[in-house]
Amino acid sequence: MNFSDTIAAIATPYGAGGIGVIRISGPEARNIALRILTPLSQNGFRSHHLYHGTVISPENHQALDDVLFTFFEGPHSFTGEDTLEINCHGGPLILETVLEAALRAGARPAENGEFTRRAYLNNRLDLAQAEAVNDLITARTRQGAVFALERLEGGLSRKINELSGDLLDLLARIEVSIDFSAEDGVEEEAADHLSEINRIINTVDSLAATYRQGKIERTGFRLVIAGRPNAGKSSLLNRLLGEKRAIVASQPGTTRDFIEEATDIGGIPVRLTDTAGLRPPTDEIEKEGIDFLWEKLDQADGVLYLVDGSRKATAEDIDLFGRIYTIPDKPLLLVLNKSDLPALMDEKSLGPAPDAGAFPPVVRISAKYGDGIENLAVAIRRLALNSNSGDTPSAVIAHAHQRASLEKAKESLQRAREGLSGDAGMPPEIVALEIREALDSIGEITGKTSNEEILDHIFSRFCIGK
Amino acid sequence: MNRQYDVIVVGGGHAGCEAALAAARMGCETLLFNITLDSMAVMPCNPAIGGLAKSQIVKEVDALGGEMGRIADKTAVHFRRLNASKGPAVQATRFQCDKQLYRLAMKAVLEKIPRLHLRQGLVEQLVVENGRVTGVIDQPGVFYGARAVVLTTGTFLGGLVHIGDVRYRAGRAGELAAWELSDQLKALGFETGRLKTGTPPRLRASSIDFSRTTRQDSDPDPEPFSFRSEKLRDDRLPSFFAATTTETHRLIHDNILRSPLYSGAITGVSARYCPSLEDKVMHFVGKGSHPVVLEHEGIETEEIYAKGLGNSLPPEFQEQIVHSVPGLEEAEIMRLAYAIEYDFVQPTQLKLTLETKIIAGLYLAGQINGTSGYEEAAGQGFWAGVNAALAVQKRPPFLLERSEAYLAVMVDELVTRGVDEPFRMFPSRAEYRLLLREDNATIRLSEKGHALGLITDDERRDIQKKMAQISGGISRLSAARIFPVEGTQKILTEIGTPPIKNPATLFQLLKREGVSYDNLSPLPGWEAIPDAFVKKEIEIEAKYEGYIQRQQEAISKRKGFDGVRIPADMDYAAIPGLSNELQAKLARVAPETIGQAGRIPGITDAAITALLIAIKKRENEK
Repeated sequence: MNFSDTIAAIATPYGAGGIGVIRISGPEARNIALRILTPLSQNGFRSHHLYHGTVISPENHQALDDVLFTFFEGPHSFTGEDTLEINCHGGPLILETVLEAALRAGARPAENGEFTRRAYLNNRLDLAQAEAVNDLITARTRQGAVFALERLEGGLSRKINELSGDLLDLLARIEVSIDFSAEDGVEEEAADHLSEINRIINTVDSLAATYRQGKIERTGFRLVIAGRPNAGKSSLLNRLLGEKRAIVASQPGTTRDFIEEATDIGGIPVRLTDTAGLRPPTDEIEKEGIDFLWEKLDQADGVLYLVDGSRKATAEDIDLFGRIYTIPDKPLLLVLNKSDLPALMDEKSLGPAPDAGAFPPVVRISAKYGDGIENLAVAIRRLALNSNSGDTPSAVIAHAHQRASLEKAKESLQRAREGLSGDAGMPPEIVALEIREALDSIGEITGKTSNEEILDHIFSRFCIGK
Repeated sequence: MNRQYDVIVVGGGHAGCEAALAAARMGCETLLFNITLDSMAVMPCNPAIGGLAKSQIVKEVDALGGEMGRIADKTAVHFRRLNASKGPAVQATRFQCDKQLYRLAMKAVLEKIPRLHLRQGLVEQLVVENGRVTGVIDQPGVFYGARAVVLTTGTFLGGLVHIGDVRYRAGRAGELAAWELSDQLKALGFETGRLKTGTPPRLRASSIDFSRTTRQDSDPDPEPFSFRSEKLRDDRLPSFFAATTTETHRLIHDNILRSPLYSGAITGVSARYCPSLEDKVMHFVGKGSHPVVLEHEGIETEEIYAKGLGNSLPPEFQEQIVHSVPGLEEAEIMRLAYAIEYDFVQPTQLKLTLETKIIAGLYLAGQINGTSGYEEAAGQGFWAGVNAALAVQKRPPFLLERSEAYLAVMVDELVTRGVDEPFRMFPSRAEYRLLLREDNATIRLSEKGHALGLITDDERRDIQKKMAQISGGISRLSAARIFPVEGTQKILTEIGTPPIKNPATLFQLLKREGVSYDNLSPLPGWEAIPDAFVKKEIEIEAKYEGYIQRQQEAISKRKGFDGVRIPADMDYAAIPGLSNELQAKLARVAPETIGQAGRIPGITDAAITALLIAIKKRENEK
C-alpha cells in the first residue's frame, strides 16, 4: 500500500438515489478540490465546513454538477488523511462523470475497502470498527444500518472490553496465588470462581449467538416459501415484493424454477425464495426442481409453509408439513392462505404436531387481497430475529471469524471450568493457561491483553508484601 | 601499575559480582569497584534468595555458569518450597541464608579468579569519548581505562535515606552514596527517575517472646539451587509467624503524617507489591491484621529480620509499632526501619544486551534499571557482564527468547516496556511458564553456558547424559502398552488409580494425578531409574504433556514476528499511518524485532501492520 497517493471512489451504493457521495482521500485531496470545484476563493476553504459549489471539468472548466462538499483536514477525518467528500445528485451517470473528473485531477480509483483500510492503518478504527464500517456500507436495510452504526460507535468493542475485564478479574484471582505465596500475606479467597466462570461462559455464548442475527443483518434472512402447488406461493411472493415478479396462474405447477428476490420486511433484509409446488413430480424438469427444493430448504434460515386454507387438508398436506416440521433447527412459519374464502382448514387439521409444545406460529392471510400481510411481516421479523419480542441485542457480531474467536474462547473456558470444579485435579497454572488463551481469543476481536494488565488487576485487588 | 582493563564493573552488589565474575571467567581483565570491600554481595533487606519466579532466575543464572545459586547453597540455613500444592511449573524455592556467610563466601570466590581485580573506591565519573565509554575516574581522581563499563549502582545512585522527618544522603543506612555519578548520567542525556524502597526493623532475638508466635521449621530434604553444588549446610534456623493488631493500625493511622511517604517528603515511586506497613494500613482499611514474619539474619547473630513491619516513621513510633505486635512487647530494635530513594535510568534506553543506546560500551544492570530484588539484579548483572565481555572480544551478543528463560522475559520487559515502579519478576509475566520451570533450567540453558565458556566440559557431559536418560525414559514409557485385563487392573487398583477402559501406555498412566514413576514398577516395560532428577523430569513432562505442546505451538506462531528484524536506522517519523504518539514510542524504544515492537504498551495491530509495510518497502527499494 502506498500512502503517498490519493484515492477516490463513489462512496454510496450503486444505483439511482437522491444523492450520491464521492470520497477522495490522500495528500492531493486539497489540490483536487481546487481543480474541480468552483467557486472557491483564493484562500480555499475551511476544514469541516459544508460549501455549495459546482464541479467542473479540470481541463475545460465545463460545469458537471451542482454539489455540496466538505473538506476534512487530516487527521480529523474518516481515513485520518485529508479527505474531500462531494455530495452530488444521485444517478450513476452523474457520479461517474464527477469521479472521472477527480481522477483526471490527480486521484486514482480506490480499491475495494481501501478507505477503511487506510482508516485502520491510521488508527482511526479498531478491527471491529473497521468491519462495522464495511457492514455499514453493505447494510441493505434501515435495520442493518442501525446495527452497523451501533458497532461503529463501539457497541461490540464495549461488550468485548467488558468481557475481557471480567476475565482479567477472574484470572487475577487465580494468578495471585501463583505469583505470591501465603507468606506474602495473600489470602486465597474462598471466592466462587465457578459461578463467575459460568456467568462469563453465558455471556460469551449469548454474544456468539448474535452471529445469526448479525449475519442476517449483513447478508439477509433466507426465507423459503414452500407449499403444495397452487397454495398461492407466487401470489404471496408478489405481495411481499409489492410488484409482479412471478407469473401467477391458476394452473398448478406454474413455477418450475426458483425465484429469488431481496426485500425489506419489518426492517429486516429478507431473501425470499419461491419454489416449485411440492407434489409428486410429473416430468423430468419438475423432478429436478423438487430435488433442488430440499437443497434450498437445507440452506434456508427459515421456512414459510403455505397452505390453502379454503380446502380440506389432504393426506399429502399432513405428510409434507410433518416432513418440513421435523427438519431440525429450521424456524418455521405456517401460513394459511385464501382467508378471503370460507375457511375449511385450521392448523390442527395438519395432524397431531410431533411436539405439541412447539407448534410453529400461524398466520392467516389473503395473498390475493393483502389481508393479514402486516401480521405476516411481524411474524417473519420474529422468525428472523429468533425471538418472541423481535427486540435486538445491543451488540452483535456479524463475522464468522468473530464467532470463531468466541467459540475458541468458550472452549478454553469450558476446560478451565472443568478444572475449577476440582474433579479433574487441574492445578491453577493450567486453569490460568486456559483463561489466558480465552483472553487471547477474545482479544482477536478488538485487541490483546498484556501480562502487565494482569498484574495491575492483581495489585488493585490484593494487599501483598513484606 | 596497569590501569587499563577490558571491563570495569562499578558496584559490588549481586549484579556487580555476577557481571565481574562472568567477564573475568570469559577471559577479560576485569576490575570490580565497590565503595567498601567489606560490603560485597550484601543482602541489605531480607535474608532470602529465591522465591516465586526469582528461583527460576537463580537456577537459570546457575545453569549458564553464574554464581548466586552456589553461594546460596553454601550459606542457607532455612529452606522453603513455595506453591508446593500447585504444579511444578509454578513451584519455587526460597533459601534463607546467613547474610554474613553469604557475603564472605562471594568475596572468597571473587578473590580467587586470576583476571578479576577488586578495588575499594567510589567511582565519580565516566569518561566518554566520541559516544563511547573509555574508562572511569574514582574519588581520588585516578583514571582507569576500560573497553566496557558495567554500572550496577543499586540504591547508591543518588541515595537518600528517610526515617521520619530526618533524611540524609546514603547508599544504605550508614554508607556513602554516589551523587556525582548520578549528575553525570543526567548530563550525558539519560532520562532518569526516582524510586523508593525500604526495609523493616531488625530486632534482638533475646528480647522476643517467641512462645507467642507460631514457629515454622525449615522444610526437610531440600535440594540445592545449583546443579554443581555437592551438598548444603547442616545448620537450620526456624522462622516465626506473628501478626499486627488493631493497636498497630491505630498507631499508624494516627501518626500517618509523620511518615515521609505521606508528608510529601518522598517523591520516589514505590512498588505496589511491596507496600510499607503505612500503605497496607491506609489502602486496605478492611484488613484487621497483616502478617509479620521473624527471620534469623544468621547463625552467629541476634539480629532478627521483622518482615511485614517495614515503615519510615520516626523512631519513637517505630518502637510503639513493634511493641504492639504480640510477642514483640519487649523487643529491642537494633536497626531502625527506613525508606530510601534512589535514581534509576529508564531502561527503554537500553538495547537487549543491556548496553545503553547513546553510549557505546556502557552497560547497566540491577536497580539502576529500575528493578528490585537480589535475583533480578544477579540475572541482569550476569547478562550485562557476558555481553560486555563478548563485545570486547568482538563476538556476537548473548540473547535469549522469552520462550527460553525468565531472564529473557525480564530483559525484554525492561527494555521494551520501561519501568514506572520498582520492577520485580512474577510468574505471570512469563507467558510460557510451563516451559520455564526451575526444575528444567539446566536442560534449557547449560548448553548455552558451555558455549560461553562458563560451564565446563564435564558439567556439560553430565547434563547431556541426564537429558539422554530423560528422553530414553519417555520413549520407553510411551512404547510400553498395558491392556485392560484382570491382572493389570488389579495392579492399578493397588496403585490407587482407576482401572483402564482401553489399552494405554505407561506414559499415559503417568499423566494421571497421583501416579508417580515408581508407582508403575509392577507393570511390564518399566525400568528403575536411580537418578531422582531424571525421574522427576519424566514425571513433569508426562503431567504437562498436552499443555507443553500447546505452548510450543504458540511459540512457533509468534516466532514469525520475533524473527522479523527492524533495521536499527528505521525512521519512524517517515512511516505513513503512524500517529505522532506511536512514532515517538517506537523511536524511544527502537525495538529490535517486530515481536518486541508489538509488546510496547499502546502499540496497536494497525501500527504493526504499518511497520511491516514500511520494512517491506525498504527491502524492496534495496
